[in-house]
Amino acid sequence: MFDIEKIRGDFPILNQEVYGKPLAYLDNAATTQKPQCVIDAVNHYYACDNANVHRGVHALSERATADFEAARQRIASFFNARDQREVIFTRGATESINLIAASWGGANITAGDEILITHMEHHSNIVPWQMLCKRTGATLKVAPINERGELVMDEFESLLSERTKLVGVVHMSNALGTINPVESIIQKAHAVGAKVLVDGAQAAAHLAVDVQQLDCDFYVTSAHKMYGPTGIGILIGKASILESMPPYQGGGDMILTVTFEKTEYNDIPYKFEAGTPHIAGAIGFGKAIEYIESIGFDAIGKREKELLAYATAKAEAFDGVRQIGTAAHKACVLSFVLDQVHPHDLGTIVDREGVAIRAGHHCAMPVMQFFKVPATARASFSVYNTEAEVDALFVALEKAQAIFA
Amino acid sequence: MFDLRDLYLQVIVDHNKAPRNFGKLAHYNHEADGYNPLCGDKLHVYLDVNDEGIIEDVSFEGEGCAISVASASLMTEAVKNTPLSGFQEKFEQFQHMVTSDLAEAPDEEALGKLAVLAGVREFPSRIKCASLCWHTLKSAVTDSQEVAKTE
Ligand SMILES: Cc1ncc(COP(=O)(O)O)c(C=O)c1O
Repeated sequence: MFDIEKIRGDFPILNQEVYGKPLAYLDNAATTQKPQCVIDAVNHYYACDNANVHRGVHALSERATADFEAARQRIASFFNARDQREVIFTRGATESINLIAASWGGANITAGDEILITHMEHHSNIVPWQMLCKRTGATLKVAPINERGELVMDEFESLLSERTKLVGVVHMSNALGTINPVESIIQKAHAVGAKVLVDGAQAAAHLAVDVQQLDCDFYVTSAHKMYGPTGIGILIGKASILESMPPYQGGGDMILTVTFEKTEYNDIPYKFEAGTPHIAGAIGFGKAIEYIESIGFDAIGKREKELLAYATAKAEAFDGVRQIGTAAHKACVLSFVLDQVHPHDLGTIVDREGVAIRAGHHCAMPVMQFFKVPATARASFSVYNTEAEVDALFVALEKAQAIFA
Repeated sequence: MFDLRDLYLQVIVDHNKAPRNFGKLAHYNHEADGYNPLCGDKLHVYLDVNDEGIIEDVSFEGEGCAISVASASLMTEAVKNTPLSGFQEKFEQFQHMVTSDLAEAPDEEALGKLAVLAGVREFPSRIKCASLCWHTLKSAVTDSQEVAKTE
């Protein structure tokens, strides 16, 4: 049984007022709140086990290492990686993509090659490829979207060719909510010999992801959008590809032996984890995954669908709201513009009503350009949100309209 | 408590709805672009300074939130038909007003109608919306080729 009161009780931050109004936190696509169990896990590490990992022989270091590696194991099984060696800790989705662009891209991309992305990518899955193209003389191609904010699959296919070396695609768009047909994209890309990177920064908190079933070459995400800490994320890659890639950064932990003449690199995943990692973050990430598993994606998906349907129906009935992103297959995001009210004014006005939303380009400026809007207001939902919070948003929209009437 | 209506005063709503001096000037001898990457606000100002060093005409184009449009509109009114040599002082007075401590009342005598924008101090993320136009006009005055930002 889905018990919303119990779930809300797990998140201490939700129980507060801002400007004298109950907080309605509807900015989950930017970052999610953290349940008490994650806060406790991070606390416990610092209070009881703090030590560096993979180096000490003392008790604390052994405990810290065990917990750190247990988190990796839990993450590996959550995403159904073949092996925990396929899970590399990074600072987040952004660093994971940069790692792939620098390491895999540097070794495999040359002039004349093409990298294919979509029009709905987050800047973090655009800019690293532009930088790589500039360095190598490769070309960046962009598959178009339609008026509903869906990828145009025919056009995507016609852009695929034997020149395509990598396809970078967002699993779920943060600006539109669109869920892309990644399984079919991966099959088609593999048919021309391209590798595929799936940006799961948004998707991973909302849908079950099985990297083996998807058969993606790289899957990236950030813990902070999955009820975990900031500053930690992962790259999951196929072991055979990761093993063939040169290191990303050099330093401690990523080596086996160092002399001034030659350094022998460590095996994966450590080869890509130079320096002391975000140990508390990884442990908190593992706990966040345990939390998601304790609710289960069936319940999460069902609840989030209800909420989105409720909010969408309200938006459709609200005079002057234009939704941006109406894909048939979408989740948790209500992006919109309101007649006569600029999204930033809207953001400020609803904030004073206790409702936290995002107003801006959502790090997806090309999406704004496509829809010919400077910015959108975005309410994004999570498992702990309620219909009452959606109602508070729409009451606040009425207030905004009254101010500008 | 500070009320939203103190930010979105009628003057601001009016200037947003019907911005004064909006559009490109037929004749101008200074111009500049302003851009706020955080929110995507874009602004272009045109300035016509005559031989006596008087700002004979000034206008702006662009898109942005109500605060940025109203601020630009009010700014054009405030500087039109004033000596260019006085611009720097006005710029500083405005900057001071939007960044000063909340307890400090705006100098209405010096600022005139611009004082209605003092309310942005209560909304730190919105101060740049009000000041972008002033930075852009400053670029125009100094013929800076760089796109103005609020930093
Ligand atoms: C779709 C998508 N990709 C990538 C990112 C980047 O994530 P991070 O900033 O945690 O590295 C985000 C975060 O907003 C996102 O929504």
